[in-house]
Amino acid sequence: MSVIGKIATLIKGSARELGESIVDANGVRIYEQEIREARDAIAQAKSDLTGVMAKEMQSAREIERVRAEVTRLENLTLEALDKEKESLAEEVAAKVAEQEAELEKQTQLHAEYAVQANRLKELIKASEAKVREHEREVQMAKTTESVYKATQTISDSIGASGSKLMSARESLERIKKRHEDLTDRMNAAETLDRELGTRALEERLKEAGIGEDAHRKEKVLERLRARREKKAAEVVDTAADTATSTEAKA
Amino acid sequence: MQSLQQQLEGLDELTSARLGAPVSLQPIPGGIPVVQVVVGGREELPIFVTASDAQILCICYLWRDEEIIPEKRLSLLELMMDLNPSIPLSSFGRVEGHHVLFGALARDARVEDIVSDVVALSDNALDALEALAEYLR
Repeated sequence: MSVIGKIATLIKGSARELGESIVDANGVRIYEQEIREARDAIAQAKSDLTGVMAKEMQSAREIERVRAEVTRLENLTLEALDKEKESLAEEVAAKVAEQEAELEKQTQLHAEYAVQANRLKELIKASEAKVREHEREVQMAKTTESVYKATQTISDSIGASGSKLMSARESLERIKKRHEDLTDRMNAAETLDRELGTRALEERLKEAGIGEDAHRKEKVLERLRARREKKAAEVVDTAADTATSTEAKA
Repeated sequence: MQSLQQQLEGLDELTSARLGAPVSLQPIPGGIPVVQVVVGGREELPIFVTASDAQILCICYLWRDEEIIPEKRLSLLELMMDLNPSIPLSSFGRVEGHHVLFGALARDARVEDIVSDVVALSDNALDALEALAEYLR
């Protein structure tokens, strides 16, 4: 079964004990031992493979050498036959036969080395796959264990500090509220800045005698003077009216 | 192998620079190395960084099973599966009834890589909470 399958089975069973049950310390040790052994086997196989491949190359060279020798001896045999030296030709032919036997032997050896090298390569590939699988298994088991233990540690810590784990909605609302408060404060500060800026400008304009506020005092005096003059004029008018009516009566 | 705390050296300042908010690290005592990362303004969504032999995990706890509105449960789970490939650097998961978002890194990850994961996780968690709140009580 795949390691994900094993973890799934355990989660379906009892998640609470997952941390402990997924791999007991002994299980991890066994796996780690297997990984070490597989690694040793790979190292050994690689060194064997180097030896076998060297022999394979040697036998290839030997085959070439023997083949060349066969050709050379065959040519000599033909030459001897051409010169009708029968017994010499026979002697060389015997050498050809010898070399041919050697060629056969070397070809067979070469084939055997090739088979052996392929077998070792397959073995290395398989062992490496096994190591990877075991490592992944141990890693997943340890990670699962650590996630569950970390969650327990976090829950214990929250429990010990007396603070209650808030609901997600409460958390969200608090974060949002804080964010809104911050935005409000920033907006308020901006408005204040703006207002203060405007007022300062108005003050400076007034000092320079520009704008409506600049001559307020003078305007007030002007207005009051105008009112007083109007009143005085009215008094004069009334006096004149009275005099006229007295004269008329008289 | 470096200890988790050694590996996380500088994580607070680097994360703070990226998020523009204060960040504090707090080791959680217990059998397994766990460091809590708290981002200012998002205190309710801390991130927990833990390590095993094989990897470093950054986890953010979103909600518990019982917080899900029962009749919306299946559609929420399907939606989370559908969303998984689209969420940058983080995936949904469940640990002992807690729905989580998590990111996984190689055990020998550089602190800069962990920072990227933590920043993405914090943003993703807040985003997921906002997007999926309608499935929760």
